Amino acid sequence: MTRKYGVLLVSHVSKIVDGLSLLLNEVARDVSITTAGGTDDDGIGSSFDKIQAAVNANKAEEILAFYDLGSSKMNLEMVKEVSEKPITIFDTAFIESAYTASALLQAGVSIDEVKKQLEPLKIK
Amino acid sequence: MLTVENTIKWLDLFADKVAAEKDYLSELDQAIGDGDHGANMSRGTAAMKEALGKQNFGTVQDVLKTAAMSLLSKIGGASGPLYGSALIGMAKEAGNADTDLTSIVQAGADGIQKRGKAEPGDKTMVDVWLTVLHALKEGKLTDAVIDQAVQATAPLKAKKGRASYLGDRSVGHIDPGAMSSGYLFKCLIAGGIL
Repeated sequence: MTRKYGVLLVSHVSKIVDGLSLLLNEVARDVSITTAGGTDDDGIGSSFDKIQAAVNANKAEEILAFYDLGSSKMNLEMVKEVSEKPITIFDTAFIESAYTASALLQAGVSIDEVKKQLEPLKIK
Repeated sequence: MLTVENTIKWLDLFADKVAAEKDYLSELDQAIGDGDHGANMSRGTAAMKEALGKQNFGTVQDVLKTAAMSLLSKIGGASGPLYGSALIGMAKEAGNADTDLTSIVQAGADGIQKRGKAEPGDKTMVDVWLTVLHALKEGKLTDAVIDQAVQATAPLKAKKGRASYLGDRSVGHIDPGAMSSGYLFKCLIAGGIL
């Protein structure tokens, strides 16, 4: 059964989020994990349109979003402002926090507990 | 006072200037960032110019909104959401009946600061926007004021953006976003809009 909360990964490089989602899918098969990596023409950067598409493609009702660097966050925020799905953006260590959240969501841990466990991973 | 015609002229001039200085902007970005500011800005502003040439606009707000969406979705770097937020803010302000250029630029600066959270002195485009805004309020905006604001980012240590990862190593280089924002305001003067 798909979980209520899904995970969104945003990176400047598509291979980073492709690789990271492989890692997460291994421990979180019922969590909807979608990705937005790189620019529209698959260059290095971040794309508002790709992020919006990844939000829409996510099967969950609410999204926990993780990102690598600043412009990913800014584009994420702009998508969040126009999105109907609630999105929570985490300023946490990208790989560790996305892994923690995915594993905990798969285990059926409450959202408050997930957020609490992400707190010490805040680095930005 | 902004009109549909002079706003399009302003933004077209900006696109031409960015295209002409593409390599220089990337060179500045290679020193303290990821080296793509010229390529990103020229892609975004070329898309903006194309979008502005495609349709007839009824209001300044529509012009700025269309420009904002092009920059947001085509720049592909941090400058996309920053210039996008600036122009979205400006478009909103342009919708008010009794607005003027100063309030529109103020709304643009507010949009950038809301998005990027940079303060004056952080070595970002905000340094140029706020200096320009101050000069506009006093009726003293000139090319020299803009040049000075851009150059003044060189001795600063970056606190926001990709350059901030370099810490002290960012000192001594002009901020690329400050430079491209300088072009935007120089085009305001060159277009005879002031």
